[in-house]
Amino acid sequence: MSIDVIDRVSTPDLRVSVTGAEVKLQGVTKSFGDHRVLRGIDLAIEPGQFVAIVGRSGCGKSTLLRLVAGLDAPTSGSIALDQQTTGWRDVVRLMFQESRLLPWQRVAANVAVGLTHAHDRQSQRDQAAVALREVGLAGRENAWPSVLSGGQKQRVALARALVSHPRLLLLDEPLGALDALTRIEMQELIERVWQQKGFTAVVVTHDVSEAVTLADRILLLDDGAVMLDVPVDLPRPRRRGDREAAAIEGRILDRLLQR
Amino acid sequence: MKRVLPWLVPIAILLAWQAGSTFGLIQANVLPAPSAVAGAFWRAARSGELWTNIEVSAGRAFLGFAIGGGIGFTLGMLNGLSSLSETLTDSTLQMVRNIPHLALIPLVILWFGIDEEAKIFLVALGVFFPIYVNTQHGVRSVDPHLLEMGRAYGMTKVTLFLRVVLPGALPSIFVGLRYGLGIMWLTLIVAETISASSGIGFMAMNAREFMMVDVVVLSILVYAALGKLADSTARLLERTCLAWNPVYAKV
Repeated sequence: MSIDVIDRVSTPDLRVSVTGAEVKLQGVTKSFGDHRVLRGIDLAIEPGQFVAIVGRSGCGKSTLLRLVAGLDAPTSGSIALDQQTTGWRDVVRLMFQESRLLPWQRVAANVAVGLTHAHDRQSQRDQAAVALREVGLAGRENAWPSVLSGGQKQRVALARALVSHPRLLLLDEPLGALDALTRIEMQELIERVWQQKGFTAVVVTHDVSEAVTLADRILLLDDGAVMLDVPVDLPRPRRRGDREAAAIEGRILDRLLQR
Repeated sequence: MKRVLPWLVPIAILLAWQAGSTFGLIQANVLPAPSAVAGAFWRAARSGELWTNIEVSAGRAFLGFAIGGGIGFTLGMLNGLSSLSETLTDSTLQMVRNIPHLALIPLVILWFGIDEEAKIFLVALGVFFPIYVNTQHGVRSVDPHLLEMGRAYGMTKVTLFLRVVLPGALPSIFVGLRYGLGIMWLTLIVAETISASSGIGFMAMNAREFMMVDVVVLSILVYAALGKLADSTARLLERTCLAWNPVYAKV
Protein backbone atom coordinates (compact mmCIF):
# COMPACT_ATOMS: atom_id res chain seq x y z
CA MET A 1 0.00 0.00 0.00
CA SER A 2 2.66 2.49 1.04
CA ILE A 3 4.88 1.41 -1.84
CA ASP A 4 2.01 2.05 -4.18
CA VAL A 5 1.66 5.60 -2.83
CA ILE A 6 5.38 6.36 -3.19
CA ASP A 7 5.32 4.99 -6.69
CA ARG A 8 2.49 7.24 -7.68
CA VAL A 9 4.23 10.27 -6.27
CA SER A 10 7.48 9.61 -8.10
CA THR A 11 5.84 8.98 -11.49
CA PRO A 12 2.95 11.41 -11.61
CA ASP A 13 0.47 11.24 -14.43
CA LEU A 14 1.53 14.21 -16.50
CA ARG A 15 -1.83 14.59 -18.21
CA VAL A 16 -3.76 15.86 -15.26
CA SER A 17 -7.33 16.94 -15.53
CA VAL A 18 -8.59 19.07 -12.71
CA THR A 19 -11.87 20.18 -11.31
CA GLY A 20 -12.52 23.81 -11.92
CA ALA A 21 -12.56 26.31 -9.13
CA GLU A 22 -15.73 28.02 -8.02
CA VAL A 23 -15.43 31.81 -8.07
CA LYS A 24 -17.56 34.10 -5.94
CA LEU A 25 -17.42 37.90 -5.87
CA GLN A 26 -19.45 39.82 -3.35
CA GLY A 27 -19.87 43.58 -3.50
CA VAL A 28 -16.48 44.08 -5.13
CA THR A 29 -15.52 47.70 -5.74
CA LYS A 30 -12.24 49.15 -6.93
CA SER A 31 -11.24 52.79 -6.95
CA PHE A 32 -8.07 54.45 -8.17
CA GLY A 33 -8.03 57.73 -6.30
CA ASP A 34 -11.42 59.33 -6.83
CA HIS A 35 -12.12 57.26 -9.89
CA ARG A 36 -14.41 54.29 -9.23
CA VAL A 37 -13.61 51.61 -11.77
CA LEU A 38 -15.78 48.83 -10.35
CA ARG A 39 -18.95 49.61 -8.43
CA GLY A 40 -20.28 46.65 -6.47
CA ILE A 41 -19.88 43.50 -8.52
CA ASP A 42 -21.73 40.38 -7.34
CA LEU A 43 -20.86 37.33 -9.35
CA ALA A 44 -20.86 33.56 -8.94
CA ILE A 45 -19.07 31.37 -11.44
CA GLU A 46 -19.67 27.62 -11.32
CA PRO A 47 -16.76 25.18 -11.41
CA GLY A 48 -15.70 24.43 -14.97
CA GLN A 49 -17.73 27.23 -16.53
CA PHE A 50 -16.33 29.27 -19.43
CA VAL A 51 -17.20 32.92 -18.87
CA ALA A 52 -16.50 35.79 -21.23
CA ILE A 53 -16.47 39.39 -20.06
CA VAL A 54 -17.07 41.95 -22.79
CA GLY A 55 -17.31 45.70 -22.70
CA ARG A 56 -15.94 48.91 -24.08
CA SER A 57 -12.40 50.03 -23.31
CA GLY A 58 -12.21 51.39 -19.78
CA CYS A 59 -15.33 49.60 -18.55
CA GLY A 60 -13.27 47.91 -15.84
CA LYS A 61 -13.09 44.42 -17.33
CA SER A 62 -9.31 44.09 -17.12
CA THR A 63 -9.34 45.51 -13.59
CA LEU A 64 -11.86 42.85 -12.60
CA LEU A 65 -9.61 40.14 -14.02
CA ARG A 66 -6.57 41.49 -12.18
CA LEU A 67 -8.47 41.42 -8.90
CA VAL A 68 -9.44 37.77 -9.42
CA ALA A 69 -5.81 37.01 -10.34
CA GLY A 70 -4.70 38.48 -7.02
CA LEU A 71 -2.50 41.10 -8.71
CA ASP A 72 -4.53 43.84 -7.03
CA ALA A 73 -6.72 44.00 -3.94
CA PRO A 74 -10.33 45.20 -4.13
CA THR A 75 -11.16 48.48 -2.39
CA SER A 76 -14.10 46.76 -0.73
CA GLY A 77 -15.95 43.49 -1.04
CA SER A 78 -14.61 39.97 -1.15
CA ILE A 79 -13.37 37.50 -3.73
CA ALA A 80 -13.41 33.81 -2.86
CA LEU A 81 -12.21 30.76 -4.73
CA ASP A 82 -13.85 27.61 -3.41
CA GLN A 83 -14.90 29.57 -0.34
CA GLN A 84 -11.25 30.54 0.33
CA THR A 85 -10.36 34.21 0.31
CA THR A 86 -6.58 33.73 0.55
CA GLY A 87 -3.88 31.28 -0.44
CA TRP A 88 -5.17 30.52 -3.93
CA ARG A 89 -2.37 32.15 -5.92
CA ASP A 90 -1.10 28.88 -7.40
CA VAL A 91 -4.58 27.68 -8.34
CA VAL A 92 -5.01 30.64 -10.70
CA ARG A 93 -3.07 31.36 -13.87
CA LEU A 94 -3.22 34.47 -15.99
CA MET A 95 -2.57 34.85 -19.70
CA PHE A 96 -1.92 38.35 -21.05
CA GLN A 97 -2.54 40.10 -24.33
CA GLU A 98 1.20 40.07 -25.02
CA SER A 99 2.92 36.74 -24.59
CA ARG A 100 5.31 38.19 -21.96
CA LEU A 101 7.88 35.46 -22.51
CA LEU A 102 11.34 36.02 -21.06
CA PRO A 103 13.39 36.67 -24.20
CA TRP A 104 16.57 35.42 -22.52
CA GLN A 105 15.20 31.99 -21.76
CA ARG A 106 14.50 29.22 -24.20
CA VAL A 107 10.95 28.00 -24.74
CA ALA A 108 11.16 25.13 -22.24
CA ALA A 109 12.49 27.39 -19.47
CA ASN A 110 9.74 29.89 -20.22
CA VAL A 111 7.11 27.22 -19.79
CA ALA A 112 8.81 26.13 -16.56
CA VAL A 113 8.19 29.65 -15.19
CA GLY A 114 4.71 28.25 -14.48
CA LEU A 115 6.35 25.72 -12.15
CA THR A 116 8.16 28.17 -9.88
CA HIS A 117 7.50 26.06 -6.85
CA ALA A 118 8.73 22.75 -8.25
CA HIS A 119 12.45 22.29 -7.72
CA ASP A 120 13.18 19.06 -9.53
CA ARG A 121 14.77 20.15 -12.81
CA GLN A 122 14.09 16.91 -14.67
CA SER A 123 10.43 16.88 -13.75
CA GLN A 124 10.16 20.55 -14.75
CA ARG A 125 11.57 19.68 -18.16
CA ASP A 126 9.21 16.71 -18.57
CA GLN A 127 6.17 18.71 -17.62
CA ALA A 128 7.18 21.58 -19.90
CA ALA A 129 7.55 19.14 -22.81
CA VAL A 130 4.08 17.71 -22.16
CA ALA A 131 2.54 21.18 -21.96
CA LEU A 132 4.25 22.17 -25.22
CA ARG A 133 2.90 19.06 -26.92
CA GLU A 134 -0.59 19.98 -25.76
CA VAL A 135 -0.39 23.37 -27.47
CA GLY A 136 1.07 21.87 -30.65
CA LEU A 137 4.67 22.97 -30.18
CA ALA A 138 6.32 19.63 -29.48
CA GLY A 139 10.05 19.70 -30.17
CA ARG A 140 10.41 23.48 -29.91
CA GLU A 141 11.82 23.31 -26.36
CA ASN A 142 15.19 24.78 -27.29
CA ALA A 143 14.01 27.62 -29.51
CA TRP A 144 14.52 31.25 -28.45
CA PRO A 145 11.27 33.24 -28.19
CA SER A 146 12.61 35.75 -30.73
CA VAL A 147 12.39 33.20 -33.57
CA LEU A 148 8.73 32.35 -32.89
CA SER A 149 5.75 33.94 -34.63
CA GLY A 150 3.15 35.88 -32.63
CA GLY A 151 0.79 32.92 -32.58
CA GLN A 152 3.53 30.52 -31.48
CA LYS A 153 4.53 32.88 -28.68
CA GLN A 154 0.95 32.91 -27.42
CA ARG A 155 0.95 29.11 -27.57
CA VAL A 156 4.05 29.05 -25.38
CA ALA A 157 2.34 31.50 -23.01
CA LEU A 158 -0.67 29.16 -22.91
CA ALA A 159 1.61 26.20 -22.15
CA ARG A 160 3.20 28.24 -19.35
CA ALA A 161 -0.25 28.95 -17.91
CA LEU A 162 -1.38 25.34 -18.18
CA VAL A 163 1.76 23.53 -17.04
CA SER A 164 0.89 23.81 -13.36
CA HIS A 165 -2.65 22.51 -13.96
CA PRO A 166 -4.50 25.59 -12.73
CA ARG A 167 -8.10 25.27 -11.65
CA LEU A 168 -8.91 28.75 -12.86
CA LEU A 169 -7.49 30.20 -16.06
CA LEU A 170 -7.84 33.93 -16.64
CA LEU A 171 -7.27 35.30 -20.12
CA ASP A 172 -6.85 39.04 -20.64
CA GLU A 173 -7.56 39.64 -24.33
CA PRO A 174 -5.14 36.84 -25.15
CA LEU A 175 -5.80 36.91 -28.89
CA GLY A 176 -6.09 40.67 -29.36
CA ALA A 177 -2.76 41.02 -31.13
CA LEU A 178 -3.07 38.04 -33.49
CA ASP A 179 -4.13 37.94 -37.13
CA ALA A 180 -7.59 36.59 -37.99
CA LEU A 181 -6.58 33.04 -38.96
CA THR A 182 -4.25 32.56 -36.01
CA ARG A 183 -7.05 33.80 -33.77
CA ILE A 184 -9.42 31.09 -34.97
CA GLU A 185 -6.75 28.42 -34.43
CA MET A 186 -6.03 29.72 -30.94
CA GLN A 187 -9.74 29.83 -30.07
CA GLU A 188 -10.06 26.19 -31.08
CA LEU A 189 -6.97 25.31 -29.07
CA ILE A 190 -8.20 27.09 -25.95
CA GLU A 191 -11.62 25.43 -26.25
CA ARG A 192 -10.02 22.01 -26.69
CA VAL A 193 -7.72 22.21 -23.64
CA TRP A 194 -10.57 23.63 -21.58
CA GLN A 195 -12.77 20.67 -22.52
CA GLN A 196 -9.96 18.18 -21.82
CA LYS A 197 -8.93 19.61 -18.48
CA GLY A 198 -12.09 21.00 -17.00
CA PHE A 199 -10.72 24.16 -15.39
CA THR A 200 -12.86 27.25 -14.92
CA ALA A 201 -12.05 29.89 -17.55
CA VAL A 202 -12.67 33.62 -17.61
CA VAL A 203 -11.75 35.49 -20.77
CA VAL A 204 -11.83 39.25 -21.16
CA THR A 205 -12.34 40.31 -24.75
CA HIS A 206 -13.63 43.18 -26.81
CA ASP A 207 -14.57 40.78 -29.60
CA VAL A 208 -18.22 39.74 -29.10
CA SER A 209 -18.11 37.00 -31.72
CA GLU A 210 -15.11 35.47 -29.96
CA ALA A 211 -17.09 35.54 -26.72
CA VAL A 212 -20.04 33.78 -28.38
CA THR A 213 -17.74 31.16 -29.92
CA LEU A 214 -16.03 30.28 -26.66
CA ALA A 215 -18.18 31.04 -23.63
CA ASP A 216 -20.98 29.33 -21.72
CA ARG A 217 -21.96 32.69 -20.39
CA ILE A 218 -21.27 36.26 -21.40
CA LEU A 219 -21.14 39.18 -19.00
CA LEU A 220 -21.42 42.68 -20.37
CA LEU A 221 -19.63 45.17 -18.21
CA ASP A 222 -20.43 48.85 -18.47
CA ASP A 223 -19.26 51.65 -16.23
CA GLY A 224 -18.02 49.24 -13.56
CA ALA A 225 -21.16 47.12 -13.26
CA VAL A 226 -22.58 43.99 -14.87
CA MET A 227 -25.24 45.22 -17.32
CA LEU A 228 -26.08 41.98 -19.04
CA ASP A 229 -25.63 38.32 -18.10
CA VAL A 230 -26.30 36.14 -21.13
CA PRO A 231 -26.15 32.33 -21.09
CA VAL A 232 -24.88 30.82 -24.35
CA ASP A 233 -26.43 27.39 -24.54
CA LEU A 234 -25.22 26.26 -27.95
CA PRO A 235 -23.62 22.91 -28.88
CA ARG A 236 -19.84 22.81 -29.32
CA PRO A 237 -17.82 23.15 -31.45
CA ARG A 238 -19.71 26.23 -32.58
CA ARG A 239 -19.77 27.16 -36.21
CA ARG A 240 -19.15 30.73 -37.23
CA GLY A 241 -22.17 32.42 -38.74
CA ASP A 242 -24.60 30.10 -36.96
CA ARG A 243 -28.04 31.75 -36.73
CA GLU A 244 -28.55 31.42 -32.97
CA ALA A 245 -24.99 32.57 -32.30
CA ALA A 246 -25.52 35.56 -34.55
CA ALA A 247 -28.69 36.41 -32.65
CA ILE A 248 -26.87 36.45 -29.32
CA GLU A 249 -24.03 38.44 -30.81
CA GLY A 250 -26.45 40.98 -32.22
CA ARG A 251 -28.21 41.38 -28.91
CA ILE A 252 -24.98 42.07 -27.07
CA LEU A 253 -23.66 44.42 -29.75
CA ASP A 254 -26.90 46.40 -29.68
CA ARG A 255 -26.56 46.86 -25.99
CA LEU A 256 -22.87 47.83 -26.31
CA LEU A 257 -23.64 50.38 -29.01
CA GLN A 258 -26.76 51.49 -27.08
CA ARG A 259 -29.11 51.15 -30.01
CA MET B 1 38.48 37.22 -49.53
CA LYS B 2 36.26 39.05 -47.04
CA ARG B 3 38.63 38.08 -44.25
CA VAL B 4 41.64 39.48 -46.05
CA LEU B 5 40.15 42.82 -47.09
CA PRO B 6 40.21 44.58 -43.69
CA TRP B 7 43.93 43.86 -43.40
CA LEU B 8 44.91 45.43 -46.73
CA VAL B 9 45.02 49.04 -45.51
CA PRO B 10 47.04 48.38 -42.31
CA ILE B 11 49.54 46.28 -44.26
CA ALA B 12 49.90 49.00 -46.91
CA ILE B 13 50.51 51.62 -44.19
CA LEU B 14 53.11 49.39 -42.54
CA LEU B 15 54.91 48.85 -45.84
CA ALA B 16 54.88 52.56 -46.66
CA TRP B 17 56.19 53.34 -43.18
CA GLN B 18 59.02 50.80 -43.54
CA ALA B 19 59.89 52.10 -46.99
CA GLY B 20 59.84 55.72 -45.78
CA SER B 21 62.23 54.87 -42.95
CA THR B 22 64.56 52.83 -45.17
CA PHE B 23 64.91 55.59 -47.75
CA GLY B 24 65.41 58.26 -45.09
CA LEU B 25 62.10 60.09 -45.64
CA ILE B 26 61.13 59.53 -42.00
CA GLN B 27 63.86 60.32 -39.48
CA ALA B 28 64.59 57.56 -36.99
CA ASN B 29 64.44 59.92 -33.99
CA VAL B 30 60.93 61.03 -35.00
CA LEU B 31 59.46 57.64 -35.88
CA PRO B 32 61.63 54.51 -35.95
CA ALA B 33 61.08 51.92 -38.67
CA PRO B 34 58.67 49.03 -37.97
CA SER B 35 61.65 46.71 -38.05
CA ALA B 36 63.31 48.75 -35.28
CA VAL B 37 60.13 48.54 -33.17
CA ALA B 38 60.03 44.81 -33.80
CA GLY B 39 63.65 44.66 -32.66
CA ALA B 40 62.79 46.57 -29.50
CA PHE B 41 59.95 44.13 -28.91
CA TRP B 42 62.27 41.19 -29.34
CA ARG B 43 64.85 42.58 -26.89
CA ALA B 44 62.25 43.54 -24.27
CA ALA B 45 60.50 40.20 -24.61
CA ARG B 46 63.74 38.23 -24.32
CA SER B 47 64.91 40.08 -21.23
CA GLY B 48 61.49 39.53 -19.64
CA GLU B 49 61.19 43.26 -18.97
CA LEU B 50 58.17 43.54 -21.28
CA TRP B 51 56.20 40.75 -19.60
CA THR B 52 56.91 42.05 -16.09
CA ASN B 53 55.71 45.50 -17.08
CA ILE B 54 52.59 44.17 -18.80
CA GLU B 55 51.84 42.11 -15.70
CA VAL B 56 52.21 45.13 -13.42
CA SER B 57 50.06 47.36 -15.64
CA ALA B 58 47.35 44.75 -16.18
CA GLY B 59 47.31 44.02 -12.45
CA ARG B 60 46.71 47.69 -11.65
CA ALA B 61 44.12 48.02 -14.38
CA PHE B 62 42.03 45.04 -13.35
CA LEU B 63 42.27 45.64 -9.63
CA GLY B 64 41.05 49.20 -10.14
CA PHE B 65 38.39 47.93 -12.51
CA ALA B 66 37.19 45.32 -10.04
CA ILE B 67 36.92 47.85 -7.23
CA GLY B 68 35.31 50.67 -9.23
CA GLY B 69 33.16 48.34 -11.33
CA GLY B 70 32.05 46.37 -8.28
CA ILE B 71 30.94 49.46 -6.40
CA GLY B 72 29.35 50.92 -9.54
CA PHE B 73 27.45 47.72 -10.24
CA THR B 74 26.20 47.41 -6.66
CA LEU B 75 25.10 51.04 -6.41
CA GLY B 76 23.56 50.93 -9.88
CA MET B 77 21.52 47.88 -8.90
CA LEU B 78 20.49 49.43 -5.58
CA ASN B 79 19.47 52.73 -7.13
CA GLY B 80 17.70 50.98 -9.98
CA LEU B 81 15.66 48.83 -7.61
CA SER B 82 15.02 51.14 -4.66
CA SER B 83 13.72 54.66 -5.06
CA LEU B 84 14.74 55.45 -1.47
CA SER B 85 18.35 54.57 -2.22
CA GLU B 86 18.17 56.57 -5.44
CA THR B 87 16.78 59.65 -3.71
CA LEU B 88 19.54 59.43 -1.13
CA THR B 89 22.56 58.97 -3.37
CA ASP B 90 21.86 59.63 -7.03
CA SER B 91 22.00 63.43 -7.10
CA THR B 92 25.29 63.39 -5.14
CA LEU B 93 26.77 60.85 -7.53
CA GLN B 94 25.64 62.85 -10.55
CA MET B 95 27.39 65.92 -9.14
CA VAL B 96 30.63 64.02 -8.60
CA ARG B 97 30.29 62.52 -12.08
CA ASN B 98 30.71 65.94 -13.62
CA ILE B 99 34.24 66.28 -12.25
CA PRO B 100 36.68 64.80 -14.79
CA HIS B 101 38.44 62.14 -12.74
CA LEU B 102 41.83 63.00 -14.24
CA ALA B 103 41.47 66.51 -12.77
CA LEU B 104 41.90 64.89 -9.38
CA ILE B 105 45.48 63.79 -10.13
CA PRO B 106 47.19 66.54 -8.05
CA LEU B 107 44.88 65.81 -5.14
CA VAL B 108 45.37 62.07 -5.48
CA ILE B 109 49.16 62.53 -5.45
CA LEU B 110 48.82 64.58 -2.26
CA TRP B 111 46.70 61.85 -0.68
CA PHE B 112 48.49 58.70 -1.79
CA GLY B 113 51.87 59.96 -3.02
CA ILE B 114 52.93 58.18 -6.18
CA ASP B 115 52.28 54.69 -4.82
CA GLU B 116 50.10 51.97 -6.26
CA GLU B 117 47.02 53.24 -4.40
CA ALA B 118 47.02 56.45 -6.42
CA LYS B 119 46.78 54.65 -9.75
CA ILE B 120 44.27 52.09 -8.56
CA PHE B 121 42.14 54.85 -7.04
CA LEU B 122 42.10 56.79 -10.31
CA VAL B 123 41.22 53.74 -12.38
CA ALA B 124 38.47 52.74 -9.94
CA LEU B 125 37.01 56.24 -9.99
CA GLY B 126 37.11 56.40 -13.80
CA VAL B 127 35.48 52.99 -14.23
CA PHE B 128 32.84 53.55 -11.55
CA PHE B 129 30.59 55.98 -13.43
CA PRO B 130 30.01 54.23 -16.77
CA ILE B 131 29.24 50.98 -14.93
CA TYR B 132 27.00 52.76 -12.40
CA VAL B 133 25.01 54.77 -14.93
CA ASN B 134 24.48 51.87 -17.32
CA THR B 135 23.58 49.35 -14.62
CA GLN B 136 20.99 51.71 -13.19
CA HIS B 137 19.62 52.46 -16.63
CA GLY B 138 19.49 48.73 -17.42
CA VAL B 139 17.50 47.91 -14.30
CA ARG B 140 15.15 50.81 -15.01
CA SER B 141 14.47 49.72 -18.54
CA VAL B 142 13.43 46.16 -17.67
CA ASP B 143 9.97 45.61 -19.20
CA PRO B 144 7.40 46.20 -16.41
CA HIS B 145 5.11 43.71 -18.14
CA LEU B 146 7.65 40.98 -17.50
CA LEU B 147 7.93 41.99 -13.84
CA GLU B 148 4.16 41.80 -13.50
CA MET B 149 4.14 38.40 -15.17
CA GLY B 150 6.81 37.19 -12.73
CA ARG B 151 4.78 38.35 -9.77
CA ALA B 152 1.57 36.84 -11.16
CA TYR B 153 3.38 33.52 -11.54
CA GLY B 154 4.46 33.56 -7.91
CA MET B 155 8.17 34.35 -8.30
CA THR B 156 9.90 35.30 -5.06
CA LYS B 157 11.95 38.51 -4.98
CA VAL B 158 15.20 36.58 -5.42
CA THR B 159 13.86 34.59 -8.38
CA LEU B 160 12.43 37.75 -9.91
CA PHE B 161 15.85 39.40 -9.64
CA LEU B 162 17.79 36.47 -11.08
CA ARG B 163 15.39 35.50 -13.86
CA VAL B 164 13.93 38.86 -14.90
CA VAL B 165 15.79 41.93 -13.60
CA LEU B 166 19.42 40.85 -14.05
CA PRO B 167 19.11 39.33 -17.54
CA GLY B 168 16.94 42.25 -18.59
CA ALA B 169 19.56 44.75 -17.47
CA LEU B 170 22.47 42.79 -18.96
CA PRO B 171 22.63 44.39 -22.43
CA SER B 172 22.94 47.82 -20.82
CA ILE B 173 25.45 46.55 -18.26
CA PHE B 174 27.63 45.29 -21.11
CA VAL B 175 27.60 48.75 -22.69
CA GLY B 176 28.89 50.08 -19.36
CA LEU B 177 31.46 47.32 -19.17
CA ARG B 178 32.96 48.09 -22.58
CA TYR B 179 32.92 51.80 -21.97
CA GLY B 180 34.50 51.23 -18.54
CA LEU B 181 37.28 49.10 -20.04
CA GLY B 182 38.20 51.93 -22.40
CA ILE B 183 38.38 54.42 -19.53
CA MET B 184 40.37 51.90 -17.51
CA TRP B 185 43.28 51.86 -20.00
CA LEU B 186 43.10 55.58 -20.63
CA THR B 187 43.32 56.38 -16.93
CA LEU B 188 46.13 53.92 -16.42
CA ILE B 189 48.17 55.36 -19.26
CA VAL B 190 47.89 58.87 -17.81
CA ALA B 191 48.59 57.73 -14.26
CA GLU B 192 51.58 55.62 -15.23
CA THR B 193 53.04 58.32 -17.42
CA ILE B 194 52.91 60.87 -14.61
CA SER B 195 54.36 58.76 -11.87
CA ALA B 196 55.46 55.15 -11.82
CA SER B 197 58.51 52.99 -11.27
CA SER B 198 57.19 50.01 -13.20
CA GLY B 199 54.58 49.21 -15.82
CA ILE B 200 54.20 50.02 -19.50
CA GLY B 201 53.88 53.76 -18.88
CA PHE B 202 57.13 53.71 -16.92
CA MET B 203 58.79 51.76 -19.72
CA ALA B 204 57.79 54.48 -22.17
CA MET B 205 58.86 57.40 -19.96
CA ASN B 206 62.13 55.70 -19.08
CA ALA B 207 62.91 55.08 -22.75
CA ARG B 208 62.13 58.72 -23.55
CA GLU B 209 64.87 59.84 -21.17
CA PHE B 210 67.39 57.79 -23.14
CA MET B 211 65.92 58.78 -26.52
CA MET B 212 64.96 55.16 -27.26
CA VAL B 213 62.10 56.11 -29.60
CA ASP B 214 61.59 52.50 -30.68
CA VAL B 215 60.72 51.47 -27.10
CA VAL B 216 58.35 54.45 -26.76
CA VAL B 217 56.50 53.37 -29.91
CA LEU B 218 56.52 49.79 -28.68
CA SER B 219 54.87 50.87 -25.39
CA ILE B 220 52.15 52.71 -27.26
CA LEU B 221 51.50 49.63 -29.40
CA VAL B 222 51.35 47.43 -26.29
CA TYR B 223 48.72 49.72 -24.78
CA ALA B 224 46.72 49.50 -28.00
CA ALA B 225 46.97 45.71 -28.04
CA LEU B 226 45.90 45.41 -24.39
CA GLY B 227 42.93 47.68 -24.99
CA LYS B 228 41.89 45.74 -28.07
CA LEU B 229 42.26 42.45 -26.20
CA ALA B 230 40.06 43.63 -23.33
CA ASP B 231 37.42 44.92 -25.74
CA SER B 232 37.40 41.71 -27.77
CA THR B 233 37.01 39.65 -24.61
CA ALA B 234 34.08 41.81 -23.54
CA ARG B 235 32.48 41.42 -26.96
CA LEU B 236 32.91 37.67 -26.88
CA LEU B 237 31.31 37.62 -23.44
CA GLU B 238 28.51 39.82 -24.74
CA ARG B 239 27.83 37.49 -27.64
CA THR B 240 27.77 34.46 -25.35
CA CYS B 241 25.60 35.98 -22.62
CA LEU B 242 23.20 37.73 -24.99
CA ALA B 243 22.80 34.89 -27.48
CA TRP B 244 19.04 35.19 -26.99
CA ASN B 245 19.07 38.67 -28.45
CA PRO B 246 19.02 38.61 -32.26
CA VAL B 247 20.86 41.96 -32.30
CA TYR B 248 23.94 40.39 -30.72
CA ALA B 249 23.66 36.86 -32.05
CA LYS B 250 24.42 37.85 -35.64
CA VAL B 251 27.31 40.28 -35.13
